[in-house]
Amino acid sequence: MKLRGRIIKEGAVHGEALVSPEPIGFLGGVDPETGVVVEAGHPLRGQSVAGKILVFPTGKGSTVGSYVLYRLAYKGLAPLGIINAASEAIVAVGAIISNIPMVDGIDIGQIRTGDEVTIEGEWVTVRRVARAGQGAEVE
Amino acid sequence: MLAGKEGPAVQKAMEIVTALGRIYGATDLVHVESVQVAGVSYKNLGEAGLLFLREWAREGARVRVPTMLNPAGVDLEQWRALGLPEEFAQRQMEVLDAYAQMGIEMTCTCTPYLIGRVPGLGAHLAWSESSAVAFANSVLGARTNREGGPSALAAAICGRTARYGLHLTENRRATHIVRVACPVRTEVDFGVLGYEVGRRVGKGIPYFVADGAAWNAETISAGLHLRMLAAAMAAGGAVALFHVQGMTPESELDEIVRPDAEEIRIDSLAEGYARLSSPLGSIDFVSIGCPHASLEELRDVARYLAGRRVRSVLWITTARETRRRAEAAGWVQAIEHAGGHVVSDTCLVVAPVEALGVKTMATNSAKAAFYAPSHSGLQVRLGTLGECLDAAVQGRWAPRRRPMC
Repeated sequence: MKLRGRIIKEGAVHGEALVSPEPIGFLGGVDPETGVVVEAGHPLRGQSVAGKILVFPTGKGSTVGSYVLYRLAYKGLAPLGIINAASEAIVAVGAIISNIPMVDGIDIGQIRTGDEVTIEGEWVTVRRVARAGQGAEVE
Repeated sequence: MLAGKEGPAVQKAMEIVTALGRIYGATDLVHVESVQVAGVSYKNLGEAGLLFLREWAREGARVRVPTMLNPAGVDLEQWRALGLPEEFAQRQMEVLDAYAQMGIEMTCTCTPYLIGRVPGLGAHLAWSESSAVAFANSVLGARTNREGGPSALAAAICGRTARYGLHLTENRRATHIVRVACPVRTEVDFGVLGYEVGRRVGKGIPYFVADGAAWNAETISAGLHLRMLAAAMAAGGAVALFHVQGMTPESELDEIVRPDAEEIRIDSLAEGYARLSSPLGSIDFVSIGCPHASLEELRDVARYLAGRRVRSVLWITTARETRRRAEAAGWVQAIEHAGGHVVSDTCLVVAPVEALGVKTMATNSAKAAFYAPSHSGLQVRLGTLGECLDAAVQGRWAPRRRPMC
């Protein structure tokens, strides 16, 4: 499946999707030392964003969140790429200063955690990987 | 700039400015007259922010328009005497070094408009501190969005910002009419009103109307009452622009209120006071100057404290430049003689106040009352400047019998 979005930070990257149905606030929401989501009640709580293609509707919270992304990148714990439904300033600025390829304007309902995702400029390619107990591969 | 001909630092800044333009639907960029950068205190920036600023400065980031800083986490000269931790102060200095390397003025204040940096009507800015943004837009009639720290810095490095949001006339119309039907007299009343309205309108643009004798426009001070109103509205909600009928520069424009504006009526401030203020007895800490105190406030404090001694820790936070002027008038010495501190470059919201070992605070600022419990673990009693100074002298909350001045 190929989806077309809007470039926030240009780049090409390939990895496994981690999908959050809820917005993510990086300041206070993600531990800058470990990359693990720590916000109480968050659907991704306890999971690490490190090395994932992180897919979520939009950002929220303090603008200092941009620096949290930078810190994660500095420690090698940042997401590989970011896909948003509708981007806002905090995550967009964070992705730019941290060199994390990012697109928005994507129907994120089409992507599931575990999918193999490639971001290339404005294009997002999603490949569903067959796993035990899951449906067949779709392309 | 975007292609990198002016180096990686400028390229990164332009990438930020243009990405925000895309996100918010700007058609072009606009030159900015000045920039005010938040994200200065090490308490908020942390190691990550410091790393980033250093790296950007090393890549050659330099500002091209007058750029000022928000308060830092310590008073740059007196931090040791004030009992602020050394390790923190060191990191703070490194943050400021990075900003200085970029050519930014070390104003360290949330009230640049009180130290002569007064933008003109219609001037485009990229300011970021929430109360300064609300004051500049509303009281001065300048035009700025509420920038994040990095996006303000990017605007300073490019000399321009994306033209969207409050840069456009059509987005400056009021979304709410706020009819105020109860008396709003003191600076604290204005702060509590702002906090309540901020909570109710969120990101909206309120248009204030005084019903009956809520206030007397002739006795309202922009520098005090509207500063407190702006600060509290930006803290209780995310208000970046408001209008006050007959007072603020855009309030009389045609069609300044949207036809679909929602109407809100404020009949009492009691609920707001109850949310922000606790009935405390003993007061260890008295904090004045959120947003940063004006020269007039320092004068009033100095006069009040003449011949008295404070028992509580008393901080008046202000811009370094204001402190200098108050020193020339002898007011700083008078306050210090009474045992108080005139603290500059920092403020209650961004300094590591928890290190002072205080638990209960009196303040005349609704914004400070809103942040102190969560940021610094303090319990708060809200009162006027005179009531707060009474509490500082007695070390406990004492109902006033007579007005201060």
